[in-house]
Amino acid sequence: MNSLDPRVQRLNMAADTDNELHTNSHLITWEVFHQEKRGKQVVHVGIVHAPNPEMALILAKEQYARRGKTTNLWVAKTADVYTFSTGDDDMFATIPEKTFRDPASYKVRDRIEKFQQQNNLV
Amino acid sequence: MYGSTNLTEQEAKRMNDTSAEDADKLQAFEDRIARGEKIEPDDWMPAEYRKQLIRMIEQHAHSEIVGALPEGTWITRAPNFRRKLALIAKVQDEIGHGQLLYSAAETLGKTREQMLDDLMNGKSKYSNVFNYPAVTWADIAVIGFLVDGAAIVNQVINSKGSYGPYCRALERICYEESFHLKQGHDNVVYLATGSKIQRDMLQAAINRWYRPLLHFFGPPDKMSAHSEKLMKWKVKLASNDDMRNQFLDQYVPKILELGLTFPDPNLRKNADGVWEFSDPDWDEFKRVINGDGPCNKERLAVRRYAEMAGRWVREALMNPSDKYKIPLA
Repeated sequence: MNSLDPRVQRLNMAADTDNELHTNSHLITWEVFHQEKRGKQVVHVGIVHAPNPEMALILAKEQYARRGKTTNLWVAKTADVYTFSTGDDDMFATIPEKTFRDPASYKVRDRIEKFQQQNNLV
Repeated sequence: MYGSTNLTEQEAKRMNDTSAEDADKLQAFEDRIARGEKIEPDDWMPAEYRKQLIRMIEQHAHSEIVGALPEGTWITRAPNFRRKLALIAKVQDEIGHGQLLYSAAETLGKTREQMLDDLMNGKSKYSNVFNYPAVTWADIAVIGFLVDGAAIVNQVINSKGSYGPYCRALERICYEESFHLKQGHDNVVYLATGSKIQRDMLQAAINRWYRPLLHFFGPPDKMSAHSEKLMKWKVKLASNDDMRNQFLDQYVPKILELGLTFPDPNLRKNADGVWEFSDPDWDEFKRVINGDGPCNKERLAVRRYAEMAGRWVREALMNPSDKYKIPLA
């Protein structure tokens, strides 16, 4: 092949290439979790295809840790991760409002001031 | 366009006909998108939505993989060590982006092996721009600045789409591409402010890439079939002409300010803020996309060679008792 690329020129592609396309079966996928710094949460970032956990970690390092900061990576077989269905997300909407779980909804200052005025504590 | 959403008249007609879908589910799906929510892999989705997304994300992934080839050509001949490091990193990123995009497409049910096969047997396409050669080092500068600039325009727009895994992949990709763009600009400015030989080499490269860059966003709106569904479903978010105009608006001034030119006397911004240019020969675009470009054969032959030469490694790693499962997100 007449190419501008010296590496392509060096390959004897015509002689080497077996033109049959073999469809391989698949390597399994691994879900990858990334921890940026010590003390931070470990966060899901994506997947890699790999035959075993060791290779999955090596490929995850190339794919998800080649720039920026990384302290650790975790991998888990996709098949071992159990999930709800995204379409069932209404089950998390149990009651219309949950202000009783919200610190900002507890306001006592008005009551304290009123009490202080009534009892001459100011 | 990186991932093409250009339809034939027939495809557009089929897309707009959703009579075969469950009306209630379709309504809930469209309402969710209208509210600005994302669709996740295990949600119900219309068959055409799945099909068009697979096609678009797959083409985008192939574009990243094939796009690494013209640039890879110059790794061995980069002019200094810093440029060589940056180019290696960029090419590595492009392959990584391909992997992220294949992952996103896989969540829709097409396996990665099938996508790689379809690239090699010519069933699925990749961006036309990579069927042109990088003749000199200055082509690397122009690719890094203008081709990546065009890709970013396209990708930033697509990252506002409705499919969760594609958006997540694109956010990560756009973040990394900003380094590609900056190093490309640096490279262009360095050549533009250098010796006469360097300037001439850069100008020649700009002249070579001008037409492929106009082709990048696909045929003009008046020449392509439309589907209101693709827009409504937020698969396509801007028309080809709008994206092309946005690109010209951002990048033409950055070339002109260096005292360089484009090989088109009709390139100018009109009073309405719309860029006008000479007809970039859409027949050439069609010819090249259908296989008759300067590098189509080489690109596929190299990809095929890599597949064949690496097969024994993949086969050696295969564990026959493992069962493939579609990734989660």
